[in-house]
Amino acid sequence: MKKIEYYEIISNKALTADIYEMVLRGDTSWIDAPGKFMNIKVEGKFLRRPISICDWDADSLTIIYKVVGEGTAWFKSLEAGKTIEALVGLGNGFKFDDKHLLIIGGGVGIPPMYGVCKQMVKQGLKPIVILGFQSAKDMFYVEKFNAICDKLYISTNDGSAGLKGFVTDVMVKNDLCDIPYMTCGPLVMEKAIYKCSNTHGLISFEERMGCGFGACMGCSMEVKDGYVRICKEGPVIESERLLWTKD
Amino acid sequence: MDKRLEVTLSDLTLDNPVIPASGTFGFGYEFCEFYDINILGSIATKGTTLNPRFGNPTPRIAECDEGMINSVGLQNPGLEKVVNEEFVKLAKVFNKKVVANISGFSLEEYVECAKVMDKQDIVGIIEVNISCPNVKHGGMSFGTDPNMAYEITKAIKDVTTKPVYIKLSPNVTDIVSIAKACEQGGADGISMINTLLGARFDLKTGKPIIHNIMGGFSGPAIKPVALRMVYQVYEAVNIPIIGIGGIANAKDVIEMMYAGASAIQVGAANCQDPYVCKKIIDDLPKLMDDLHIDNLKDIIGRAHR
Repeated sequence: MKKIEYYEIISNKALTADIYEMVLRGDTSWIDAPGKFMNIKVEGKFLRRPISICDWDADSLTIIYKVVGEGTAWFKSLEAGKTIEALVGLGNGFKFDDKHLLIIGGGVGIPPMYGVCKQMVKQGLKPIVILGFQSAKDMFYVEKFNAICDKLYISTNDGSAGLKGFVTDVMVKNDLCDIPYMTCGPLVMEKAIYKCSNTHGLISFEERMGCGFGACMGCSMEVKDGYVRICKEGPVIESERLLWTKD
Repeated sequence: MDKRLEVTLSDLTLDNPVIPASGTFGFGYEFCEFYDINILGSIATKGTTLNPRFGNPTPRIAECDEGMINSVGLQNPGLEKVVNEEFVKLAKVFNKKVVANISGFSLEEYVECAKVMDKQDIVGIIEVNISCPNVKHGGMSFGTDPNMAYEITKAIKDVTTKPVYIKLSPNVTDIVSIAKACEQGGADGISMINTLLGARFDLKTGKPIIHNIMGGFSGPAIKPVALRMVYQVYEAVNIPIIGIGGIANAKDVIEMMYAGASAIQVGAANCQDPYVCKKIIDDLPKLMDDLHIDNLKDIIGRAHR
C-alpha cells in the first residue's frame, strides 16, 4: 500500500565518516519484504530521496544513508524528536526462497541486505554473507550481521580488513559461485557478481528517480522481456532478465 | 460535485479544470492507489508514438531548485498497446474522457496516431505534442516553425473529428506566431507550455547529470514563463488554452486562469506529491470563496479585462 506517512526520529547517528543510521518511529505495516524503500521529503528540495529499509519491527524502522549531497546532508542535520514525511510502500523488495542462501552487500548497498539476512534467519535459513567495503574505516553493521548469521566474509579493496580485494574474490576463494545469491551495492560490483556467479541471483538496483512510484518513467531499465521501472517493478530484478553478458 | 468548478474545453465539460499533465501521470491507473482518480477534470495520458519506444538512457532525471529536468525521451509502449491495453486498463477505473497526448517523428506518424486516437471512446481531446525537447530527431522542429506547426495541425484536423489541441514548446523566439499558425491550421485549442530546455552538471565530476546532457525543465520555477506566454497567446487567439507550467497549488490554478487558461495541467508536482491534484481540487472552493470568485469560468482571462 503506497501512502504518505510521518515518522518521528528516535535516533540519528554516524556509523562511519559519511554513513549514518536513522531510527524512525511510525507505520511499518507496508513492509512485507526486505528491500522495499521509502521516498523521504527533504526540506527545501524539489524531489524526495529514496532510501531502502534496513530493519524494522512493529512500530519502528531503521534506514542507513550515505551523505553524498545536500539532501542527505539535511538528513544528517536532523535531531531526535523531529518528524519527517515519507512516501512509503515503494518497490517490490526481495522475494526469496530457501535456495537463495548467499547474501552479498557492498558499501551503502549493505543496509537492505541486513533486512534480508534477518528475515532469512527468522525463517530458519542459514545464509552465507559477504560484505565488501573500501577500507576498514568504512565498515559498519559487521557485528550486527555476525550476531545473526553463521558465516560472514569481509572484503576490503585495500586489504585493511578481511580479504584484500572484492566480494567476487571471496566468492571464488570460498567456492560460493554456485549458490543463488541476493545482492545490493554499486553497479560495478553487481555486474562483477553476475559474471562471477554460475547461477541465478536477485539484484537490487539504484537509479536517479523522479516520482518513485512508477508514474514518470525516470528510472526505466531495459530488460530481456521489455523494461522495468526501478521504483516499481524493481528495485530487485532477477538476474536472468538482465541484458548483461557473462564475458 | 461543486458546479462552481466546472469549465469547458471545446465540446467537453470538465467537473473542474485540473488535469494531470502528460508524462507525469502514466496512464492514470497508477494513481488509483492514492485516491479515486474520477475526481480529476481529465487526465492527459502518456505521450504516445506510433511505435514502442524505450526512450533515453538513464540518468533521465536531475533535480533543480524549484523543479526538475527530465529526459525520459517519450518512453511508451506504442499506439497499438496504448489503445488496446493501457486505455482498457484506464477505462476500468476512470469514467471520464481523457486528453490523449500524441507525438511523432514525421507528419505521417502524427496523422496515423491521430486517426487511431480519434476512434477511441475514452478520448475527449487529442493533444498533439509538437514540442518535446528530448528527442534528437524530429519533434522539436514542428514546434519551432510556424509553417510546420500549421502543416501538422491541418494534417491532423483533416483526419479527425475530436477536438485537437496543440501543445506548444516555450523554446521559441515568438510563441504567439506558432499559436496563431496552429489556430489557422484549425486547432481547437492550445496546451501550453511544455518544458524548457535545461541542463545540470555534477559539482564534483563536472559532467552532465542527465545522460543526454539536456532535458526538459519543469516545476514551480517555470510558472512565470508559462503565465507570461499564456497571457500573450490569449491576446492573439480565439481558441481555448490549457495552461501548463509550474502549477502546484490552487493559487497557481487561479493565477493561470487569470492569464487566460480555460483549464490547467499539473506536471512536475505529481512527482513530488502524488496527492497534489486531489489537494488542488479540494482547496479550490475555499480559495474561490476567499477571492470572491463565484464560478471558475468567470475568471478566464481576467488579467486582460
